[in-house]
Amino acid sequence: MVSFRKNFVSRFFSLIPLLILFFLAFSEVDFNFEKLSFLSFNLIYIVIFYWVLKNPDILGYGFIFLAGIINDVIIGLPIGVSSITYLVLAGFAAYVRYLTVEPSLIYDWIVFVPSIAVTNSVYFYILRIFFDIEVNYIALALNTGITILLYPIIGILFNFLSIIIIVRKNV
Amino acid sequence: MVTSRDDFSIAVRSAFLKKGVKQKFSLLALIIASIILLSLEAIDSKSLNFVRSVVKDVVYRTSFIASMPGNFITSVSTKVQNYFEVYEQYEIVKSKLQQLENQKNQINYLKIENDKLKKVIDDTNVYNYESITTKVLVDKKSPFLKSVILNKGFSSGLKKGMPVLDGPYFVGRITEVNYLSSRVLLINDLNSKISVLIEPMGYQAIMSGTGDKPALLEFLPKNHQLEVGSLVYTSGTGGIFFPGIPIGRVELIEKKFHIKFFSDLSQLYLVNVITSKPIGSEQ
Repeated sequence: MVSFRKNFVSRFFSLIPLLILFFLAFSEVDFNFEKLSFLSFNLIYIVIFYWVLKNPDILGYGFIFLAGIINDVIIGLPIGVSSITYLVLAGFAAYVRYLTVEPSLIYDWIVFVPSIAVTNSVYFYILRIFFDIEVNYIALALNTGITILLYPIIGILFNFLSIIIIVRKNV
Repeated sequence: MVTSRDDFSIAVRSAFLKKGVKQKFSLLALIIASIILLSLEAIDSKSLNFVRSVVKDVVYRTSFIASMPGNFITSVSTKVQNYFEVYEQYEIVKSKLQQLENQKNQINYLKIENDKLKKVIDDTNVYNYESITTKVLVDKKSPFLKSVILNKGFSSGLKKGMPVLDGPYFVGRITEVNYLSSRVLLINDLNSKISVLIEPMGYQAIMSGTGDKPALLEFLPKNHQLEVGSLVYTSGTGGIFFPGIPIGRVELIEKKFHIKFFSDLSQLYLVNVITSKPIGSEQ
């Protein structure tokens, strides 16, 4: 019974990043403020980049792909656009993971800048060139900037969660 | 950090081709799957549309359920806020009511006169339309794309292109219809272009959505004398929408004419979809 409880609690904490990812993809809750549009940011990008870099087994690529499809259906984009952008970002994170010897939040943050820039460029060009959908690139650029700025803050919170997951696993 | 070319290619291969311990798919396989899905978007076949419609219906309903806790908190905070604003609004409403009473008498006279004139031009049914009231199921407030999802689809008779009203005000048109749900492209979306009529001058123009800012008025007549505060209606040109549906008022922002909408597009809850076609339009 005690072992079952320990396993359950450990499993629950490991599922939190996945739950956040799907909650953000499914629900209307997001971080695009109508009255403070300059403050909008993309938490999904941070979740994907951080957890693929830190521990890719927590956030499976299949789930990232699925979250992208759900996000496209909810927002009304051609199905597959978000999946590609999320997977490209996950690709950057996985690549950096293979190259990094000593991981640190500051280093991850620096690498996050070109990763999100390329990812959002892919997103913008697919919509603009292949589907002729107009996208407010200033809002997209602002969103990218705020997401980059908030990465270390959210990264610190995820660091705590990551420690809890490791501790719980080893209990 | 590894710098040699071989190590670079090994890292790229490992990142995109290697499956993790618990991963079932490689990144490259999923990227290819996404590209295939995107390519399928260009194909318009009956069976694919049916699958898309089912997937979208399921996702929208799940999204509605997933959004419930968040919506509940928002609704409670809005109610509390409204409670504190009631007295202030009461005073404003009281003075407005007095003004409206005066206007009502004037309008009654104009209405009678208008009916008489309509009979003369044999156009009495132009503004009579049937509508269906629907609820906004999902309103993902994206800063890039402005649209909402309604809880009725082609099972309720909704079709692509139908105009959507918030009370008496025009707010958008249906761009996607599923069996149980449909998507409305709002008039503030960058991809929205609507033909409008500006009164009392009678100018025709195109209203283009700009995202968060009020919509822009384009293709105004040369040497126009447009005044701030003029009313903007749907023009009905092309027979897509009924003419005369109110949209907003003209305002001047940074030396350009914009339209401030009558309806608050971020607060849509119950909307009416006009299901009948205007007289003279081709089905």
